[in-house]
Amino acid sequence: MKSLHVSTTINGDPVEFICDPDEPLLDVLRNRLHLTGAKEGCGTGDCGACSVTVNGRLVCSCLVLGAEVDGAVITTIEGMADGDQLHPLQRAFIDGAAFQCGVCTPGILVAAKALLEKNPDPTDEEVRYWLAGNLCRCTGYDKIIAAVQVAAAEMRGA
Amino acid sequence: MALDEAKRNFRYVGSRPNRPDGVDKVTGRAQYGADATAPGMLTAVILRSPHAHARIKSIDTSAAEAIPGVRAVITGADFMRSDDDFLRDVQENCMARDVALYDGHAVAAVAATTPAIAKAALRAIVVDYEVLPHVTDVDAAMQPGAPVVLAGRALENVPAGMSENVTHSCEFGHGDLTAGFAKADLVIERSFKTAATHQGYIEPHACLASATADGKADLWCCTQGHFFVRTLCSAMLGMEASQLRVTASEIGGGFGGKTTVFIEPVALALSRKSGRPVKLVMTRDEVFRATGPTISSSMDIKIGMTKDGRITAGEATLRYSGGAFPNATVDMGAQAGFAAYDLEAVRTHGWNVLTNRPKEAAYRAPGAPQAIYAVESVVDELCQKLGLDPLTVRLKNAARKGTLSSYGPTFNEIGLVATLEAAKAHPHYTAPLGPNQGRGLSCGFWFNFGGNTCVSLNINTDGTVGVTEGNPDIGGSRASISLMAAEELGIPYENIRTIVADTNSLGYNDVTDGSRVTFAVGLATIKAARDAINKMKSRAAQVWGIDADAVEWVDGAAVPAGANAGKFPPLTLADIAANSPQTGGPIAGHHEVNVDGAGVSFGVHLVDVEVDPETGFTKILRYTIFQDAGKAVHPDYVEGQMQGGAVQGIGWALNEEYIYGKDGRLQNPGFLDYRIPVASDLPSIETVILEIPNPGHPYGVRGVGETPIVPPLAALANAVSRAAGVRMTELPMSPPRILAALKG
Amino acid sequence: MRYMIAQSAKAASAALAEEPGNARVLAGGTDLLVQMKAGNLRVDLVVDIKKIPGIRSITAEAGGLRIGAAVAGSELGEHAGVCAMGPGVVEAARLIGSTQVQGRCTMVGNLCNGSPAGDSVPALVAAAAVVRVEGPEGSRDCPVLDIPAGPGRTTLKKGEIITSVFLPARPERSGDAYLRFIPRTEMDIAVASAAVNLTLDAGGTVTAARVALGAVAPKVVLVDAAARAIIGTKLDDAALAALAAACEAACTPIDDKRGTIAFRTSTAGVLARRAAQIAYARAGGSK
Repeated sequence: MKSLHVSTTINGDPVEFICDPDEPLLDVLRNRLHLTGAKEGCGTGDCGACSVTVNGRLVCSCLVLGAEVDGAVITTIEGMADGDQLHPLQRAFIDGAAFQCGVCTPGILVAAKALLEKNPDPTDEEVRYWLAGNLCRCTGYDKIIAAVQVAAAEMRGA
Repeated sequence: MALDEAKRNFRYVGSRPNRPDGVDKVTGRAQYGADATAPGMLTAVILRSPHAHARIKSIDTSAAEAIPGVRAVITGADFMRSDDDFLRDVQENCMARDVALYDGHAVAAVAATTPAIAKAALRAIVVDYEVLPHVTDVDAAMQPGAPVVLAGRALENVPAGMSENVTHSCEFGHGDLTAGFAKADLVIERSFKTAATHQGYIEPHACLASATADGKADLWCCTQGHFFVRTLCSAMLGMEASQLRVTASEIGGGFGGKTTVFIEPVALALSRKSGRPVKLVMTRDEVFRATGPTISSSMDIKIGMTKDGRITAGEATLRYSGGAFPNATVDMGAQAGFAAYDLEAVRTHGWNVLTNRPKEAAYRAPGAPQAIYAVESVVDELCQKLGLDPLTVRLKNAARKGTLSSYGPTFNEIGLVATLEAAKAHPHYTAPLGPNQGRGLSCGFWFNFGGNTCVSLNINTDGTVGVTEGNPDIGGSRASISLMAAEELGIPYENIRTIVADTNSLGYNDVTDGSRVTFAVGLATIKAARDAINKMKSRAAQVWGIDADAVEWVDGAAVPAGANAGKFPPLTLADIAANSPQTGGPIAGHHEVNVDGAGVSFGVHLVDVEVDPETGFTKILRYTIFQDAGKAVHPDYVEGQMQGGAVQGIGWALNEEYIYGKDGRLQNPGFLDYRIPVASDLPSIETVILEIPNPGHPYGVRGVGETPIVPPLAALANAVSRAAGVRMTELPMSPPRILAALKG
Repeated sequence: MRYMIAQSAKAASAALAEEPGNARVLAGGTDLLVQMKAGNLRVDLVVDIKKIPGIRSITAEAGGLRIGAAVAGSELGEHAGVCAMGPGVVEAARLIGSTQVQGRCTMVGNLCNGSPAGDSVPALVAAAAVVRVEGPEGSRDCPVLDIPAGPGRTTLKKGEIITSVFLPARPERSGDAYLRFIPRTEMDIAVASAAVNLTLDAGGTVTAARVALGAVAPKVVLVDAAARAIIGTKLDDAALAALAAACEAACTPIDDKRGTIAFRTSTAGVLARRAAQIAYARAGGSK
């Protein structure tokens, strides 16, 4: 397999990498770029722990090839805070105890941010359906939904 | 250590501060099992049996070894063969030696320079299997003539003449059953089945092993108990415990499933053989096929009740299978089944049965949800048929202080009655229901454990404190431990940092299980803080030139015990710490203990459902949990345990199951078809925490983590049965099963 | 494996035709990457079609809409024209996978994956949608109904790719709807599904209908008898019962981990009945 050279932008930084033609973006992020915030919970798009955005669109990075993102703009959980300023969602998740083990948290935060950019004032049901592809086994989702709403309210007010 | 009767007013305990690992976990910085790397690291993968049961006649690894980049290949022969049954079972579950006992059983492993090379090498390994007859159903496995999974493993308590798959039996109870049933106005006998379910943690098992030629090794892994990992791995690899240091990474969920080893000894053996660090991460498919689901069960229940709702006798026969290796989980089911009731006559019988399924691993209150589901279903049906209110009946029969429990001990202070009364008073219980809707109720119970615990508490010279404990934090426990240290020392929560230390830094700590951490580690932390306080009082006494007995600790400072002790301004913890180099050196508190006195925890769950009569689809409309926490140290995380446990139970009740084909292979080893609840399946889960102090803990703390998974099975079954108008007796209550029941 | 970005449909077709090994088209990749990960599919060449001009656009044509093969589910849902013209098609496409999968998955991929349970397929069949196929022998149009050949198989020949799907214009007073049954509320494969597309006269009588079922046979089923059961009616209870019965009669499902024969059959009838009522209301009919 001949490796491919890919140029991309990740969290605002220009990034170049080489990858195998069949290598998922998730493996590139984790193993080649050491951006381990995105997690592999399943590798089949069923758990959402590897959520990132590519050109503004929420995707599972396990279902994207590294080769496909040449020229693309990618954001990951590592790019969510602004320097030492946490994003309102990040603060709301800590304040609201919206995670226990925390392994699904990066994916949920990335997905929730994508939701609030599209719909700043979602109903609980809309949040639940939007996040249906993000499995959490610890919390029963209750505090996650509440934290998203706290952050949404804060962002609407800001 | 007894409850401090005086301790009722808490300053920090009961508050909801942010957890110390919060920022790491919302920024992606927290290091989980698969996030560790080491220079020169190899990648390992495992070859697994495609057969449910097969003799391994030979394994030819030569072609794999010849592939450039392959650095080590191992099989079961690379491990010590222990004389100890328990240890040998764990080892042979990590890698089969002579026989593959279930679909997914590991048979060989490869470490190579890249994942692609490692996978290519796996394909080059040739295993010659002789396929054997298999059995995956618990009832089928008990039949005489069933394929024998492991021969010669039956204990003496198994009567002669049974299938060799029956390895263990147990019996609990008291009183005269015959007389009890004779007093009943109605006796109901029902049989139930529950499917095996998986813990479903989102983080697959992962580890990084680095063994060196001098016999030392380091292991990083996601585990609920790294000290136990050290015990198991050092025994399997013939190492001394001192030479293996295990560090627990952040853990992405466990629920009991990460209380043992699967890949860790394999990675260590590969590292030893290759002389390189080796990383081994399971795929989700491997997690489902080869790590611990809970037991599958088949149960018979018989309960008698009078017209006015008094239970006269209860009997249960439980047949549990935890897969291909013996276990005694059925004991816990047999003990827990009737725990919520004050009964004159009760008897439970348990049988453990081997099947060609993966070895059971603990899953949140192991063994209890199944038995209590069956008992609570029959109690509900008795109430329905006798026209009685199910809550009133439970209150009438509830276990309370002084009750001789169904499993032997007499209960001390317990919270069941208070929990039931809270449920009865809650608006949920009397809210109106619409057509096709039903309300279900169930009690739940778990014993809780204490266990071996070791904590160090270091007073820093700037007046802050470091707590070092040895139990992986699976749900915010570092925050709770810091809160208890703050409470005891009288300094702010923010001035304390609690960490989980590696196996070289503390004495042995039992696994994070049995809902033991907040209770037992908390207790040891309180004791370690008191040890440090005593030392600080001595330092103050030394400064003041008075007797140490004449010093008291009040609000984070040493003060003279009274007018007779002398008149000195308080010396704060910070004062004493800053001055410690001049008064004798560093100050630290320690406590090492095998904790006793875990208080049992009862819970009651209420659920409303609507069943679509045309499709059998169940929608959960409302869910409320009532549980005795003893003392909720960090209420956010107590609520979180209650909500998370309930939702796991909801999944178990409605959709989760291990589905085996006729070929004995697992049909649904992925999150697509192993259907854990998603956010849109659920309503908000309301929680009501009750605090009936545990006499065995200074603050009254009870474990809360496991009880919440117990009631949902029967609560859902009772709600669905009432909504559908037909009694459901098999889990999961998937739509096809409900529709089939509706159509008769 | 080699990865190729095709700059034109012809180039994609040629590369696929010339590859001696196993060649696959990559659009959203939400099925392809899963199959590659599972190790049951060894791929020699992947042809990424997303850079082909026009393949990600939606354009008006002859009163209908032409939807590029690489238009993702979420893009479809954001397109007011498609939502207005084929709400049943959009609701079907939007049911494929999670929000994350929606960012990538395509209706054409759903069709070419060949699963009998693909959500968008019955809705497209009910809408009488037609795909445009580019191949070594040129371009051709083909009804969606004729693409599936059985589980995991299509009638496309080596070197053929679908470049777009065309939703034909519909008369006034038309409505469509798609419903599926899954055990959870999201994230499952359909256990049974039904799409209904119908047209009413001014008095609310059904004048034309197409009823398609998913996950109840080796491939999508267009149930003419079900359509006949409601044409000429105002969707009264008897018509709905006849519709459901016709659908049940058309089912030839399997027992598997997702559902039983009895369950799939009975549920297909229920869903068809419910979908017909929604489509009827969307067409402006009232009861």
